[in-house]
Amino acid sequence: MRPYRRVTRALPLTPALVLILLFLAGPIAYCVYIAFTDLQLTGQAHASFVGLDNFRRAFRDSEFLNAVWLTLVFTVLSSLVGQNTLGLALAALMKRASKPVRTLTGGVVVTAWVLPEVVAGFLLYAFFRREGTLNAILDWLHLPRQNWLFTLPILAVSFANVWRGTAFSMLVYSAALDEIPAEITEAAEVDGAGGWRRMWHITLPMIRRSIATNLMLNTLQTLSVFGLIWVMTRGGPGNKSQTLPLFMYEQAFQNSMIGYGTAVALLLLLVGSLFSVVYLRLLRTEV
Amino acid sequence: MPRQRTSRRLAADAALLAVAVAFALPLAWVVLSAVDPHAGLRVRVPDGLTTANFRAVLTPDITYTPLLNSLILCGGATALTVVCAALAAYPLSRFRSRLNRPFLLTILFATSLPITAIMVPVYALFVRVNLIDTLQGTILFFAASQLPFAIWLMKNFMDGVPKELEEAAWTDGASSLQSLVRIVLPLMGPGVAVVTVFSFVIMWGNFFVPFMLLLSPDQMPASVSINDFFGNRGMVAYGQLAAFSVIYSTPVILLYVLVARRLGGGFALGGAVKG
Repeated sequence: MRPYRRVTRALPLTPALVLILLFLAGPIAYCVYIAFTDLQLTGQAHASFVGLDNFRRAFRDSEFLNAVWLTLVFTVLSSLVGQNTLGLALAALMKRASKPVRTLTGGVVVTAWVLPEVVAGFLLYAFFRREGTLNAILDWLHLPRQNWLFTLPILAVSFANVWRGTAFSMLVYSAALDEIPAEITEAAEVDGAGGWRRMWHITLPMIRRSIATNLMLNTLQTLSVFGLIWVMTRGGPGNKSQTLPLFMYEQAFQNSMIGYGTAVALLLLLVGSLFSVVYLRLLRTEV
Repeated sequence: MPRQRTSRRLAADAALLAVAVAFALPLAWVVLSAVDPHAGLRVRVPDGLTTANFRAVLTPDITYTPLLNSLILCGGATALTVVCAALAAYPLSRFRSRLNRPFLLTILFATSLPITAIMVPVYALFVRVNLIDTLQGTILFFAASQLPFAIWLMKNFMDGVPKELEEAAWTDGASSLQSLVRIVLPLMGPGVAVVTVFSFVIMWGNFFVPFMLLLSPDQMPASVSINDFFGNRGMVAYGQLAAFSVIYSTPVILLYVLVARRLGGGFALGGAVKG
């Protein structure tokens, strides 16, 4: 191909490339740079290079380690266990349920997903508050009530994330289950395999690629949740629900340490990149 | 066998209904409180219906300006995203090149990066180049952050349009831009609609980006201004908060329903992320 034609053909890529380079690649490169400086909100001009100080400091900082731990709890509880398992269960149940029930449940779950993040945050804030709906139900059942957002904030925000994010898994798994040929399920049924055994030995192996992809995307999504937790607890009380994004925000803005906050952001970005690479390998045969 | 199947269906129905009720409780709160003259924090049937909550929030200050800001912000960014993504997807879908695969892999990689993580450096960068607290700057960043996924989706939809139709146009002397606009895009209408609506819905609900990049209260979109119901205005008026939430959420729910129906209730993204 003549070079001239090659250039004109690639021309339509330019606007997108410019935007991505300036506003995504640029900030990521800048992130790598300021993570090694002591940049502060006040006195921008005099940031100096401090090498690995920010990172060394992070790994000695008990609040950072607390945020790492909470991020882990939040991700495992809400994404791996909650959204993923509940999404799969809903998709599997929907295959058996009657149409009106299927439509109703699907509609409600998807609505929770489409709602703006902050609205979802408020709804669950109201649900978990001391005088909120959950305690009203517990009262009615004569069970002990709790001030959920105070005693178990990380559990409350994890539930909130399950409420908000399960629809995605449900849709992915519904699509995956629809692709399993009916003959295979029927054959297993004739051979006398019960529901659980069919799920374990036939369904799960057949949709394992969807499971992997879904887990990956859920995890990445959950790693960067900010608004939901911010609205419900602001990371508190104390720092009992402060995951990495909230910790990063606090260090960078409330404590004015942009350099340190960015180092935390870079670590988060690295974890995300690792997951992305695994995700790409799962999709390797495609593209 | 039929009896067993019926009982199984009943069990599935019961389980799904239980989940539906659990998921619906927080939603019921917002709908009921919006018309409840004495709204509190728990779900309850209002002792009388009122439109006072809606009337109280339907003012330029509380509702119209933030919604207009949201519209400018998300509308602008969506338009930019869709135009750039359509242009970018065209050579990727139509022409073979050794660079296509690495480029698409990079795009896919960027799609899954946590954008939250780069907001602090973006803030620092925007302060440097004087884009902080400007709608244009926020629009540009929004578009850039949405682009990888939009390009990816757009390319997949474009691959579904057969190339033969364009080849006829090319022999008639049409340029590739002409064939993109006149032939390919009209044929992938539903695909373009999905990308548009999806980008818009994501940005409409995004809190962190405008929260970081915009500072003046009169530029705030609804996703950030909704916070004013807490703190600044003193006592929280839950009824008004609920009414505002309903107004703010309705457009995206309607848009979603529109797209979902157009695709026959199916969900294109489910297929798109499956790989």
